[in-house]
Amino acid sequence: MSALDLFSVVAVTIGVGFFVAGTVGLLRFPDLHTRLHALTKADNLGLGFVALGVMPQLGGVLPALKVLAVWALALLAAGTAAQLVARAALPRRRPRGER
Amino acid sequence: MSAAFLALAAILLLTVAGAFVRVLRGPSPADRMMGAQLVGTGGVAVTLLLAAATGETAAVDVALVLALLAAFATVAFVKSASMDGLGDPEEEEAEIGERSEAAGP
Repeated sequence: MSALDLFSVVAVTIGVGFFVAGTVGLLRFPDLHTRLHALTKADNLGLGFVALGVMPQLGGVLPALKVLAVWALALLAAGTAAQLVARAALPRRRPRGER
Repeated sequence: MSAAFLALAAILLLTVAGAFVRVLRGPSPADRMMGAQLVGTGGVAVTLLLAAATGETAAVDVALVLALLAAFATVAFVKSASMDGLGDPEEEEAEIGERSEAAGP
């Protein structure tokens, strides 16, 4: 097992650890907005570590860059989705004078 | 080497299964959507791990499509679940202003 292989396994293991933490958070946290934290932060950090570990294993620069693109897309999507879901889940404020 | 990747992918799949518990329990539709989002992210990670384990670089394209679809699914959910401008303070103020003007003298 070369040093690069060892690096891959360690990085992917760390990534899986973050995924496990994210899922535990999603299951255990008390309300929607805290659960959103666990989902969009821990999981995408985990995906980053998995991508980092997978990159040297594909045997080329182009596939490795494609993996990087996958992670970048996932990050952009998660950031946008977190804002949208959190905003949609806010309690509706009533207009003044109506009740 | 690829056995290690496959084992880690299996652990990841179990984690994704945990997300379905949240989909099942809810309680709000947004919680269920977040469970589906975790399935999306976890699915991308599993696909990448399979690409590394088998050396099949085409699987990376599958992961890319999966990430794209997960993003669209979330945006579609939010658009269907909320009125335009919901939760945005500026939009709400404008809406309230319009309403009080319409109800004015």
